[in-house]
Amino acid sequence: MTAVFEVEQLTRSFGGLRVTQSVSLALSPGDRVALIGPNGAGKTTFVNLVTGHLKPDSGTVRVAGEQLNGMNPMRRVQRGLVRSFQVTRLFPEMTPREHLALAVLQRQGHVGRLFGTFWSMPDLLAETEELMATLGLDCVADRKISEIAYGQQRLLEIALALALKPKVLLLDEPAAGVPQSETPRIDAALAGLPPDLAVLMIEHDMDLVFRFARRVVVLAAGAIIFDGSPADVTRDPRVREAYLGSYGDDRGGA
Amino acid sequence: MAMSESATAARTRARPRFAARADWIGIAAILAAAAIGYFLFPNNLALLTRIVSVAMLVLSIDLVTGFCGVATLGHAALFGAGAYAAGIGAAHFGVSDPIAMIAVGIAGGAVAGLVSGFVVLRGHGLAQLVLSIAVVHLFHEAANKASTWTGGSDGLTGISPGPLLGLFEFDLWGRTGYTLGVVLLVVVFILLQRLSRSPFGMLCRGIRQDPVRVAAMGASVNGALLRMYVISGAVAGVGGGLNAIATQVVGLDSLSFTLSAEALVMLVLGGTGSLYGALVGAVAFMLFEDFVSAANPFHWLIIMGALLIVVVLFAPRGIFGTAVRMVEAWRRR
Repeated sequence: MTAVFEVEQLTRSFGGLRVTQSVSLALSPGDRVALIGPNGAGKTTFVNLVTGHLKPDSGTVRVAGEQLNGMNPMRRVQRGLVRSFQVTRLFPEMTPREHLALAVLQRQGHVGRLFGTFWSMPDLLAETEELMATLGLDCVADRKISEIAYGQQRLLEIALALALKPKVLLLDEPAAGVPQSETPRIDAALAGLPPDLAVLMIEHDMDLVFRFARRVVVLAAGAIIFDGSPADVTRDPRVREAYLGSYGDDRGGA
Repeated sequence: MAMSESATAARTRARPRFAARADWIGIAAILAAAAIGYFLFPNNLALLTRIVSVAMLVLSIDLVTGFCGVATLGHAALFGAGAYAAGIGAAHFGVSDPIAMIAVGIAGGAVAGLVSGFVVLRGHGLAQLVLSIAVVHLFHEAANKASTWTGGSDGLTGISPGPLLGLFEFDLWGRTGYTLGVVLLVVVFILLQRLSRSPFGMLCRGIRQDPVRVAAMGASVNGALLRMYVISGAVAGVGGGLNAIATQVVGLDSLSFTLSAEALVMLVLGGTGSLYGALVGAVAFMLFEDFVSAANPFHWLIIMGALLIVVVLFAPRGIFGTAVRMVEAWRRR
């Protein structure tokens, strides 16, 4: 299958430090890829380069064949490259229904309308209703965000991304901060993502990585050191060195 | 379970049927207050008309500050631009029909909104505040220098609006001016109520709560803010135009930093983020100012200052916001 998301030779330095070193990566529709790496490996920089919050020194990002270089983050979202946030970013005084309505309105190009309300748009209401039902948010549909549980907020982050009908979804630690008892719901939500969507998950929690990903990419010191199946990743000597070696260095330095 | 159900029911008040009913109650309350004012102060309708026009300025600030979270101390630039546009149209170009003057005021305010929005939205936080002050000073100075058109520091005179709809003269009592003002206020208020519930209104509230999230949805934060600035300018322009018609003079004070700051204080006093808060703040501030300055011409500013400190410290949500809170708390018991 042809790739829907292609990153080629992406490079970025801060001062003399090369934080991203010619990273190349391709995802096809339906891919479930986890991007992992020790602290300071450059995962956040990579995400920011891809979403357009940082400019790369060189390299390209393509979605569905279209080059995104030079586009601001907003345009990239409109082209189908959508992200979720590691720490939820939601509107504290709005309800899940309003969040999703806003996202759908934005996708449809109706968010600038000065009159009417989304309550009088039956198709839109049906779509938000369906999204909430899929993710089990219907019970809190009309509560303010500040009144709902963090696990539900995480689910809404995912629902919001889906409401934009992305081609490529970047999930930044989708389960971060969620209590153990609620992780099955996040798992279920991830399992229920549209089958043709390409998903790249940035994650620390290896259990979640193994449950979700069919392919694992390991980033260390700004470069990809492993790209393969979850079964092989723990056996790979470079990966072990990247994770364990850093402890060794610390000890040696002390 | 029963508790969570009732809580859900309480949260569904934003649904259209409830909202529409609340809207009409609000309009009825405005009309009732306007009628009470008319009969209570028949000899001071000029003050009431002034309150109505300044209330439009406060509503206008609420649109960018309360709804969108943009800090501004220069919003009188929009109000004054509306007033001067309507005044210059009447004094120099013979556009003396009151409705046409209001239309010119709206256009002037909207253009000023576009210009000052373009500048003010370049900054964030403190820088934004400073830019807004710079803008109002520039507008003020421009009006001062262009004295052939604006009358400079003497004020723009020679504005004589024709009869409203060709029927009602602007009399010495100010009845026509007041009626026009109340009608305009109600029309503006109804439009803004609808705006605040519209997709665009929702987007703007989203921008105030988290602009990063709005951008991550693929919506243009600055585009929406600039648009709101233009709308806000149009609303301020209605107030400015009304002021030009009712007083038949436009002074530099309508473009002043002082008026900008006072109007922001009125908004905070009434409660930001709510259209009712803006109205309550404008009415409370200006009536109180009038009352206190008449009762104690020497110390009234001290009293005003003390009152503001009390409100900000003990009712940070403003008069309206605090009242809503109390009613909600009382209902929950």
